[in-house]
Amino acid sequence: MSTQTAIPTPRSPYARRKTTRGNYELYSWVFMRASGVLLVVLVFGHLFVNLMVGDGVKAIDFAFVGGKWASPFWQMWDLAMLWLAMIHGTNGVRTIINDYAERDVTRGILKSLLLVAFTFTVVLGTLVIFTFDPCPTDAPAELLASFCTA
Amino acid sequence: MTAVLENTTEAAQDGQAGAVASFEVTLKIRRYNPEVSEEAVWEEHTVTAHGTDRVLDALHKIKWELDGSLTFRRSCAHGVCGSDAMRINGRNRLACKTLLKDVNPDKPITVEPIKGLPVVKDLVVDMEPFFASYREIMPFLITSGNEPSRENIQSQADRDRFDDTTKCILCAACTSSCPVFWTDGQYFGPAAIVNAHRFIFDSRDEGATQRLEILNDKEGVWRCRTTFNCTEACPRGIEVTKAIQEVKRAMITRAF
Repeated sequence: MSTQTAIPTPRSPYARRKTTRGNYELYSWVFMRASGVLLVVLVFGHLFVNLMVGDGVKAIDFAFVGGKWASPFWQMWDLAMLWLAMIHGTNGVRTIINDYAERDVTRGILKSLLLVAFTFTVVLGTLVIFTFDPCPTDAPAELLASFCTA
Repeated sequence: MTAVLENTTEAAQDGQAGAVASFEVTLKIRRYNPEVSEEAVWEEHTVTAHGTDRVLDALHKIKWELDGSLTFRRSCAHGVCGSDAMRINGRNRLACKTLLKDVNPDKPITVEPIKGLPVVKDLVVDMEPFFASYREIMPFLITSGNEPSRENIQSQADRDRFDDTTKCILCAACTSSCPVFWTDGQYFGPAAIVNAHRFIFDSRDEGATQRLEILNDKEGVWRCRTTFNCTEACPRGIEVTKAIQEVKRAMITRAF
């Protein structure tokens, strides 16, 4: 009969499992700072142009958005905003998952879900920005915006 | 802060000039003995303490006079050896540097082992994971060339560059106050980074690149969320979060 107690050796889960050296987290850290600054400019520029300039908030309707996306400048602006915000936000949630999930399995599942949501939103958003057509040629007339028939 | 003698009138009434006022204090201690039970329990003890007593003195009194089975670490008992870091009233402190009167002795004072490290018994934790991280950052001078034949001289300014981080006593108060370390214990922890900082910014040391590579890890400095828990916990007043940020900055300037 040994005097050893039944508790598992407490140190095993605490030893660092593997070395994960590399610049990945460094670049991710720098990206968060840089994209944060850019997003402040992009988001407030977006809000200012949409809500303050000209007729202000009253001017926003289908035609306003259609008109904006007819210009490559605003397409690029919105594309940059979409991508930066999505990567910035997703990376932030990834960090939160790393901090709060205690098991690697939980981490894996949550991060996979996150990646799926990220890919879906970015692909769909990018597609909409570039393929948006306010007056599709083969659409029924009653569904078209008033300015299309003019 | 200076210790001020309170209740001088009481002492005067006793007719003992200069006698230190005494009071009753209750310590609520987190007890854990794996040989008895897997569950940790709270246990309260009330002892008579003096205005000049520290939490460690109360623990001594309990161990020596009430319950000899109470287990905790302490060596020098004067805030230098770093053995008796514990969570007192929810904050990591050294029991030997915390005066009872500073942690509100009117209510029971809670005393727990530091968090994030496996508890061995009562207030004693297994420090091995903590020291493993410390060893990984190579806490020794790395130089090249011949063995020096005379003193390795350093300017005062060069010495001041890393002065703050030389104060570390490896008590683990910072690392065990870090919420990122609590998660899974994979993070190197503030103490390891502080001790790497001590050599990275030492003009005599040549191992900075190696140390930066070691800490440029998924579990290295980039897991720091600058919550400042470590800076608040440090009984030596080291600006721990600042040191971590300086190591981050050194990595970024090296990478770009």
